Amino acid sequence: MKAGAPCPYRAVTFRLVPVPVITATGLTKRYGELVAVAGIDLEVAPGESFGLLGPNGAGKSTTMRMIGAVSTRTSGDLQVLGLDPDTHGPEIRSQLGVVPQEDNLDTELRVRDNLIVYGRYFGIPRAECGRRADELLAFAQLEEKSKAKVDDLSGGMKRRLTIARALVNNPRVLMLDEPTTGLDPQARHVLWDRLFRLKERGTTLVLTTHYMDEAEQLCDRLVVVDEGRIMAEGSPASLIREHSSREVVELRFGSRRNEAAAERLEGLGDRVETLPDRVLVYAGDGEAVLEQVARLGLHPTTSLVRRSSLEDVFLRLTGRSLIE
Amino acid sequence: MTATTTSEPTRTGGVRALYSGNAGAVLGRGLLAARSSTWVVVVSGFFEPVFFLLAMGVGLGTYIGDVALPSGREIPYAAYIAPALLAVSAMNGAVYDSTWNVFFKMHFGKLYQAMMATSLGPLDVALGEIGYALLRGVVYATGFLTVMQLMGLNLSWTAILTLPAVLLIAFGFASLGMAVTSYMSTFQQMDWINFVLLPMFLFSATFFPLSVYPEPLQWLIQALPLWHGVELIRGLTTGELDGATAVHVGYYAALVAIGVVVTTRRLRALFLD
Ligand SMILES: Nc1ncnc2c1ncn2[C@@H]1O[C@H](COP(=O)(O)OP(=O)(O)OP(=O)(O)O)[C@@H](O)[C@H]1O
Ligand SMILES: [Mg+2]
Repeated sequence: MKAGAPCPYRAVTFRLVPVPVITATGLTKRYGELVAVAGIDLEVAPGESFGLLGPNGAGKSTTMRMIGAVSTRTSGDLQVLGLDPDTHGPEIRSQLGVVPQEDNLDTELRVRDNLIVYGRYFGIPRAECGRRADELLAFAQLEEKSKAKVDDLSGGMKRRLTIARALVNNPRVLMLDEPTTGLDPQARHVLWDRLFRLKERGTTLVLTTHYMDEAEQLCDRLVVVDEGRIMAEGSPASLIREHSSREVVELRFGSRRNEAAAERLEGLGDRVETLPDRVLVYAGDGEAVLEQVARLGLHPTTSLVRRSSLEDVFLRLTGRSLIE
Repeated sequence: MTATTTSEPTRTGGVRALYSGNAGAVLGRGLLAARSSTWVVVVSGFFEPVFFLLAMGVGLGTYIGDVALPSGREIPYAAYIAPALLAVSAMNGAVYDSTWNVFFKMHFGKLYQAMMATSLGPLDVALGEIGYALLRGVVYATGFLTVMQLMGLNLSWTAILTLPAVLLIAFGFASLGMAVTSYMSTFQQMDWINFVLLPMFLFSATFFPLSVYPEPLQWLIQALPLWHGVELIRGLTTGELDGATAVHVGYYAALVAIGVVVTTRRLRALFLD
């Protein structure tokens, strides 16, 4: 056959439905008596940015670790990139980037060496590791810290280095367990910006968080988890639409008078929720509620009307706040 | 860091879930990290058996004179204890890294968690870390062997075979050390290792033959690893080889196999729970 002539037998296949990168059904993890993950079903499509939102102890990290093939499931089915983590751990992990909840950078190595050595763990040739390390240091805005000791970095820098490290093997899926917990607002925004760029480039992101603003910023779709179960699933906007009203009125009467006030507010808006420090009234029109409150002769010390957030969804679904 | 999915060459082995054939990267990490270790500590570990050789072999040796090997052949006391100390230096180097250093990495460094989140499997980590630990044993032993050569304590050409022998001995101790350490959770338990090592060093036919002990004690010592190392090396430096040499080699081969298997299982249990 002449060079360049089209091969007559080449089969052309079209994938109309993207094959999910992660599929879990009835995924369960038990630690003795304790059920950390109680049978969850989820599916993540390539290029999607998927979030697990839930309070402390919900089972987010445990789920991430099972997907990351570093924790074996007790029961249920799990496929990551089409493979079973029980039998293909190294192969799955070679295509994942993992940012654990707690940084586990190599404190015996300098910043740049952390990236190079981590790349070597994936079997990437040394020269290529060096090239990628420089690229990632630029991406993480850590070029100046290239030779610094890990212990001398700030919390935000360490987090960025951990994310850079997770990218050294060009992962198909980036797993982030509470990427910004413990960081100040500015450091969080820098990180969000970096993650947003990755998302734009088409990297599949799976992240856990207990910050609703983070979930709203970064996730196309998310599940709300509590006590190892999925309580709801959808895009941030659709979850809010489904499980909450458009607006929320927050009223504070002082901690001892909230209960009494709440009783008199009953019937206002769609729903009234009493928290220890404030009363929430869910309604389509917040300003209208405020007028009604005034007409009832109630005088909250502070009042504010805001849009519903995922926090409200969570409260609605579990009767508890997200951050205790 | 680009979105293009150039997946890395995935390695497939018989033990796919445990091994990615990349223990070398773990060893390489150890060597790079060693740059920041305290060199005084590392160097002092080498000198310990050298000091013993000078004090006991040369110093005390002048009073003791020659000692008889089981074959009846008489050799200077220094030439009797030097091979034993060579085995000890291989042991010391290998044990140092595979016990305390591994203990810290396991409980404080989170290093193994990080490694296990990559394509490395527990067998890669076990082999890499054991390999790194044994390297130190081999470096100590090679240095010690040079000292022996300079002092004229290598009595036979077979002494050259001590090089592979110390490699095997260091491999055995590194595997055993890491396997044992993987079960330790407190500092007190770690102290037990020292508690076992010291008498083993003193009584494994290092400074005098086993025949001075009552028989049950002889059996006990012969069950412990150092005695086999001492006898193996002594056979090679004096040129007195027999069937027992093969037994000693077999003992270490078994130690290596058991140590690697146990370490791998423990790493999996601890970090891939
Ligand atoms: N190795 C373990 N052994 C025993 N119990 C565990 C282990 N890991 C997690 N758990 C338990 O499983 C439950 C879920 O923990 P997990 O870490 O997954 O929660 P999380 O949603 O990540 O919480 P957080 O927001 O605090 O990180 C908790 O009750 C926790 O105590
Ligand atoms: Mg967690």
